[in-house]
Amino acid sequence: MQISGAQMVIETFIAEGVTTVFGYPGGAIMNVYDEIYKQDGFKHILNRHEQASIHAAEGYAKASGKVGVAMITSGPGFTNAVTGLADAYMDSVPMVVISGQVPMSLIGTDGFQEIDAVGISRPCTKHNYLVTDAADLPRVLKEAFYIARTGRPGPVHVDIPKDVTAQIAEYNYDIEVNLETYKPHIKGNPRQIKKAIEAIANAKRPLFYLGGGVINSGASEVVREFVHKTGIPAVETLMARGVLSYDDELLVGMLGMHGSYSSNMAMSETDLVIGLGARFDDRVTGKLSEFAKNADVIHVDIDPASISKLVNADFPIVGDLKNVVTDMLKQIDKIDSDKYESWRETIINFAELHPLTFHEDSDRLKPQWVVKRVGELLGDSANISTDVGQHQMWAAQFYPFSRPNQWITSGGLGTMGFGFPAAIGVKAACPDKTSINFTGDGSILMNVQELMTAVETKIPVINIILNNNFLGMVRQWQTLFYDKRHSETDLTAQPDFVKLSEAFGGIGYRVTTKEEFDAALKDAVEKNIVTFIEVIVERFENVMPMVPSGGSLFNMMLLEKKETK
Amino acid sequence: MTVNSENTERRVVSVIVVNEASVLSRITNLFSGRGYNITSLTVAPIPDSKYSRLTIVTAGSIRVIEQITKQLHKLIPVLKVYEHADLVEKEMALVKFPISENLNEISILCEAYNGKIVNSGGNMIIAMVADEPKRVGHFLDAIKRYNPKEIVRSGAVALER
Repeated sequence: MQISGAQMVIETFIAEGVTTVFGYPGGAIMNVYDEIYKQDGFKHILNRHEQASIHAAEGYAKASGKVGVAMITSGPGFTNAVTGLADAYMDSVPMVVISGQVPMSLIGTDGFQEIDAVGISRPCTKHNYLVTDAADLPRVLKEAFYIARTGRPGPVHVDIPKDVTAQIAEYNYDIEVNLETYKPHIKGNPRQIKKAIEAIANAKRPLFYLGGGVINSGASEVVREFVHKTGIPAVETLMARGVLSYDDELLVGMLGMHGSYSSNMAMSETDLVIGLGARFDDRVTGKLSEFAKNADVIHVDIDPASISKLVNADFPIVGDLKNVVTDMLKQIDKIDSDKYESWRETIINFAELHPLTFHEDSDRLKPQWVVKRVGELLGDSANISTDVGQHQMWAAQFYPFSRPNQWITSGGLGTMGFGFPAAIGVKAACPDKTSINFTGDGSILMNVQELMTAVETKIPVINIILNNNFLGMVRQWQTLFYDKRHSETDLTAQPDFVKLSEAFGGIGYRVTTKEEFDAALKDAVEKNIVTFIEVIVERFENVMPMVPSGGSLFNMMLLEKKETK
Repeated sequence: MTVNSENTERRVVSVIVVNEASVLSRITNLFSGRGYNITSLTVAPIPDSKYSRLTIVTAGSIRVIEQITKQLHKLIPVLKVYEHADLVEKEMALVKFPISENLNEISILCEAYNGKIVNSGGNMIIAMVADEPKRVGHFLDAIKRYNPKEIVRSGAVALER
């Protein structure tokens, strides 16, 4: 059929099963928005900033496991979106982002709202396209969705000049993707798998090191089975929270800079790291030369470039995790789980020596208590998004995650302002779950305009602002490593968060006690409308334990021992 | 187990890519963005195909070279990446000399490096040599005394044996 480029975009979305698109219109993308107006195949959510559109699509993708879709205009619309693209790229989030571009005749003339969008998005997308002929659009969009969700997922950016969206061409979406140069490696090499199983069987102190790839690959279930059948303890990265349930006896905890003492010690003492979909990020490894020093490394990853990038893999296996772990499970009888009993006990001893905890020694509420309390009250019924900073680490440490895709955070890029729009996307994907965004008094202001989006679309996100009047994580580093020179981190100047939410049509609470907090959260869940719960917390609380930047995992700054109340 | 940093080595990497817009900048962006070196880069279409071949001379430790190869592979339009061990490598250089120099000697030198004088004008000549990059370097050292006015090197091309 002969249709316009703009119509092709709509048809493609419907054919791909897209039900929600996040975006913001503008001059160069108007033809497409005109078609959005005419259709009812999917819902468009109007964010109030392009960056928020991308984060919302990320939240949607992370919570649903589907490809997130966002649409923006050229020039500033696109440049506003770049942070989101980079965020999605770092965290391997499957996304298709469409941007308008000035008409082809104006490209290269410094036209109004012109910027070399594909030039800018190149290093922060998995792939990108500038479409110069509407006849190419069906193929390009089909490839874009395919590339976004296969292999190591990531964002794909498609830049479409305005005249191409107006151009009429033949549309046929019933085509096969045929990319000779892109063939992700799905199945693990059987010989390597056999060797890895032998290595596990021979190891005395093996340790699972689970990364976000487990969630991306939809492998949580088989990984749980693998862990339970082998009886091998597991640590999770920030991105892997929820792969194992918080109450799983074999879950040691989160490792890394703010990981638990037991996790980091287990990693330091292990003789075999079984890395599944993790990428040995610097926030995880600390000082590389001391990381898992006496261990061999099995590394399963869909991305060959992640293998032996930072830590040499003795048993590299390239493949899709779900596939590889399923193959590994077939040989599991070679592994005797009783063999690791004393190793499990060693790890329990680490945890008893320095448990992950906090002291309630302040007149003000402790931020960790707030996280724990939300966990007690909402637990599995909530999806948890965060912004970036101290609150993010406390949420990762203390929330009782029980399932994959429950935890939505900006890990790789560490984008302040991610949480609120992401939580909107999460709620759009999972309307039956309460969508919580743990945020800080710094982060929340970085996409606060999303109050309007949430009010307009009736998406009830509950933002829990852990307010310490500081840019807390930077303040913590200044306290610890810059001799308490708190340069530009004191955020005493603040809006009235309650009134701010109310001004947009949301609701707000300011709480200072446990009772007030419980009442506010209960009320917010019942009212089902976008909420700010501002919790006044201890100003100088530090995230502990902590591996100082560049330090070794086994050399942690620990919480001072005190008699707990 | 951590990878030890190793000595930097010169390596030649050939990349087969789909001929399409901005494919070259994808490659060069990758090098600059990840802090890899490009000593030289040549690119030309492969006859009767939709592909082009790039020859990149780079330097790095074994680990860096391995990463370069893998990262290149990750780019969607990249078909193949060869990191050459056993190869035939050639480079061309053009040199402009004043016509007043000893053309006889220049000509003999050129011949020793698979070259000759390829053009002459009113007050200059242009000589061409084509040889292994290292030998091209030797040639350029040798002709310094003939006051070369301009020198252009093509960058290396290579084929595996």
